[in-house]
Amino acid sequence: MQVWEYITDNASKCIELTLEHILIVGIACGLAILIGVPIGIAITRNKSLADKVLNTANIFMTTPSIALFGIMIPIFATFGHGLGKVPAITALVLYSQLPIIRNTYVAIKNVPPELVDAGRGLGMTSWQRLREVEIPLAVPVIIAGLRTAAVMSIGIAAIAAYIGAGGLGVLIQQGIGRSYEPMIITGALLVSILAIFVDGFMTGLEYLVTPKGTKVGRRMRHG
Amino acid sequence: MASMLTRIYRLLLVLLLLFLGVLLERAGMLEYLADPYESAYVLTLARQHVVMVAVAMLLATTLGLGVGIVFTRAGMKRYAGIVMYIVGLGQTIPSLAVLAIIMSFMGIGFRPAVFALFIYSVLPIARNTLAGINAVPNWLLDAAKGMGMNNRQILWHVEIPNAMKVILTGFRVSLVICIGTAALAFLIGAGGLGEQIFMGIDLMRTDKLLAGAIPTILLALLADYLCEFLSLVLISKGLRLEQA
Repeated sequence: MQVWEYITDNASKCIELTLEHILIVGIACGLAILIGVPIGIAITRNKSLADKVLNTANIFMTTPSIALFGIMIPIFATFGHGLGKVPAITALVLYSQLPIIRNTYVAIKNVPPELVDAGRGLGMTSWQRLREVEIPLAVPVIIAGLRTAAVMSIGIAAIAAYIGAGGLGVLIQQGIGRSYEPMIITGALLVSILAIFVDGFMTGLEYLVTPKGTKVGRRMRHG
Repeated sequence: MASMLTRIYRLLLVLLLLFLGVLLERAGMLEYLADPYESAYVLTLARQHVVMVAVAMLLATTLGLGVGIVFTRAGMKRYAGIVMYIVGLGQTIPSLAVLAIIMSFMGIGFRPAVFALFIYSVLPIARNTLAGINAVPNWLLDAAKGMGMNNRQILWHVEIPNAMKVILTGFRVSLVICIGTAALAFLIGAGGLGEQIFMGIDLMRTDKLLAGAIPTILLALLADYLCEFLSLVLISKGLRLEQA
């Protein structure tokens, strides 16, 4: 009940922090798509390169988030952005690379070769085949990767409050500092709700962007 | 084209390593670690970190495997979907939120931290055990039944060995997340290498910060490799051949 009181008393602050959190994650995911999807497509042409890129992305994924923040601070401090949103967003972009690159790579690799051949038979150039055949079929899987990335980013952005990036982690950070329970629980609850909501939203999006033809095919295969 | 890309990639890696090395030296981390008092302290923290992770993972593996096995038995199978849903929901909850919520119930110290790590680490193991055992093809089970195996034998000799690869993936994910989350356990008073990182940030002392961050990263990477090694030992030879 105290939690509810805290939220109603500090509604504007909670909304502001939630928006800030969404902004950080949104920018990071946007950048991550712009970097990750082209890389994912590019490495489908070369197996050994693909392995190396995926391994590198895996190393970033293995690195604990607070340790990555720790390493970024001295690096970014050399040009005056040691604390704040810049290192936080950079770390989020790095973390998001593995799910996005891997899903793009797997999705494009799994496009049935006969469809690509059919495209070739229709006289499509390789660029057209990529745009008209491979990418539309791959989009649902890419969105699934983005979902993983977004949910993970929301969790890591909460930790980024400790390097001054703002967002809902601030409630947890300050709450722990003050041993003020309602504040801690409010922060934890809002972050969790945000993550669950984004997860559900992206699942819906995944369904929406699946081309109609493949949805029918899927249903037939399962039933 | 391809070989050039590979060469550029290698060059970038070498440059990155060099850059990191220079950074470490410039930041004074090496000097910091050379101090006998500080290095002993970092070792103590590392030990705390490892103990925390080990206890949590031991409990989590036991419970996770148990849940995974129980909910794939014939009588309990219909609840598997619900369990999967709950586990999926739990995994979307951020680690810091889990720590914070557990702290508000159990207070601060080593025990709440281990409990939070345990709760958070169970999820990937349980999910992958469930998924792995469910994915064992039916014809394998039929063959085992035809050979006259009883349920227990089917579980130990057919289902678990075939699901081992997926289970180990879950274990690896869980272990790596656990090491990362244990670094946050400092916030609820459990020590660990996170202490160096957070203190370093608060005091703006790069050397202290890096002396915590680098060992944490090495620990996570080491755990990752350890799991790869485990998969060599635990996955039976016949199944490995199939993959290659």
